[in-house]
Amino acid sequence: MNDVAAPSQPQQQLSVTLNVNGKRFDLHLDPRVTLLDALREHLQLTGSKKGCDHGQCGACTVIIEGRRINSCLTLAVMHDGEEIVTIEGLGSPESLHPMQAAFVKHDGYQCGYCTPGQICSAVAMLDELKSGIPSHASTDLSNPSFSEAEVKERMSGNLCRCGAYSNIMDAIAEVAKGEGLPA
Amino acid sequence: MKAFTYQRARSIDEAVEAASTHPGSKFIAGGTNLLDLMKLQIETPSHLIDVNHLGLDRIEPSADGGLKIGALVRNTDLAADRRVRSDYRVLSRALLAGASGQLRNKATTAGNLLQRTRCPYFYDTNLPCNKRRSGSGCAAIGGYSRNLAIMGVSDACIATHPSDMAIALRALDAVVEVAGPGGAARRIPIAEFHRLPGDTPDIETDLGAGEIITGVVLPKPIGGRHIYRKVRDRTSYAFASVSVAAIFAGDGSRRFAFGGLAHKPWRVEAAEGEGTADRIAEAVLAGARTTEDNDYKRPLTERTLKAVFGEAEVQA
Repeated sequence: MNDVAAPSQPQQQLSVTLNVNGKRFDLHLDPRVTLLDALREHLQLTGSKKGCDHGQCGACTVIIEGRRINSCLTLAVMHDGEEIVTIEGLGSPESLHPMQAAFVKHDGYQCGYCTPGQICSAVAMLDELKSGIPSHASTDLSNPSFSEAEVKERMSGNLCRCGAYSNIMDAIAEVAKGEGLPA
Repeated sequence: MKAFTYQRARSIDEAVEAASTHPGSKFIAGGTNLLDLMKLQIETPSHLIDVNHLGLDRIEPSADGGLKIGALVRNTDLAADRRVRSDYRVLSRALLAGASGQLRNKATTAGNLLQRTRCPYFYDTNLPCNKRRSGSGCAAIGGYSRNLAIMGVSDACIATHPSDMAIALRALDAVVEVAGPGGAARRIPIAEFHRLPGDTPDIETDLGAGEIITGVVLPKPIGGRHIYRKVRDRTSYAFASVSVAAIFAGDGSRRFAFGGLAHKPWRVEAAEGEGTADRIAEAVLAGARTTEDNDYKRPLTERTLKAVFGEAEVQA
């Protein structure tokens, strides 16, 4: 006998607290709700986008406890009490995050649908590089440094169907330079 | 997704107990493969046991001079660990050759081993698949099989296990540590952990009901030159057509484990003493069963191995 909920039975509802962009939200959720759907449908934070909904495109990328992840491939109830940063929390129209400003300056998009995910991913990606996390493109595993090849490899989880990659590359390179990343 | 209930386990015993009392349950850690499959209703657990808070997220020295990797260590953290980067470089390289940055941040060591062995027809619920529904047939055999298995295949299934990490673990002779009902614990050599498809391709590992992986143990470092070479259709974020995890050890011995060829990491120890890449490849590929689409994997295996030998020369 298992306890799967038949359609006629009320589905389990769970309490979860999400700390999003510095604000606390107490929610009651069906366990099926992904973090992406919780952000978009329950908190009306529609900056994070649903592209493929299977972790292939990266449009849903958010930063949890400092790490970038695909918010479509995780359940909201698994993130009780954790600190989540979305594109809305990185900067504001009045005060853009340097990565947001660089994407504007270098025209790092066409339609813009992948852009929030690209920017969240790029910000966390540079932090990974700064903390010495290697990548497939690192010639020296013990000491990865900034290069175009590194960025291309590390950003491969973010697709841009408009093909704005070269401008995205330029935007990220400018921010990396501003942060003094060794090349 | 089909409806399910959810619980957060606080201890290994609680997780094992929950799995025993909920027959349709699954453990969830990173969730990157499980939730993907649940959205397609290929996986339909009635109960999820969240094991992220079991404290199995450390990498510690083992009693015999090796390393014990907790089941929940994220792929990013394992690849970046100082000891792994210096003493088990083939493992760092293999991990970094897999998936994307976002996925590696979430995916765990145990989850990587337990991701489903799969092919495009496994994902297409309109077509038969013995792995999805036992006895329904295999649409891949006679279908589009370019990236599918050529070694250890059966009439029931020609899917490949996509893990890069597991190929390196096979070359390193890692051991999987498992806990089970009633406080039982056992150790499974990585060579025996994944199964060939046979008549039951839906059964992919040696794990029994209610068993949970608690860690993976790496033996004492053997030094030498470590290489992971992966050939794929695009430069990043793609499964291997063929991959080779190679260790040219300090004592002159060599180890080669292959990805992209089979339902499990493919290694033929008896071939490792052969003198040249050609002869090793020939012995490794003995009994290959290819299709018109994937016959290219035979020469590709040989050429990839030659390239690995070339890389080893450069490193020497």
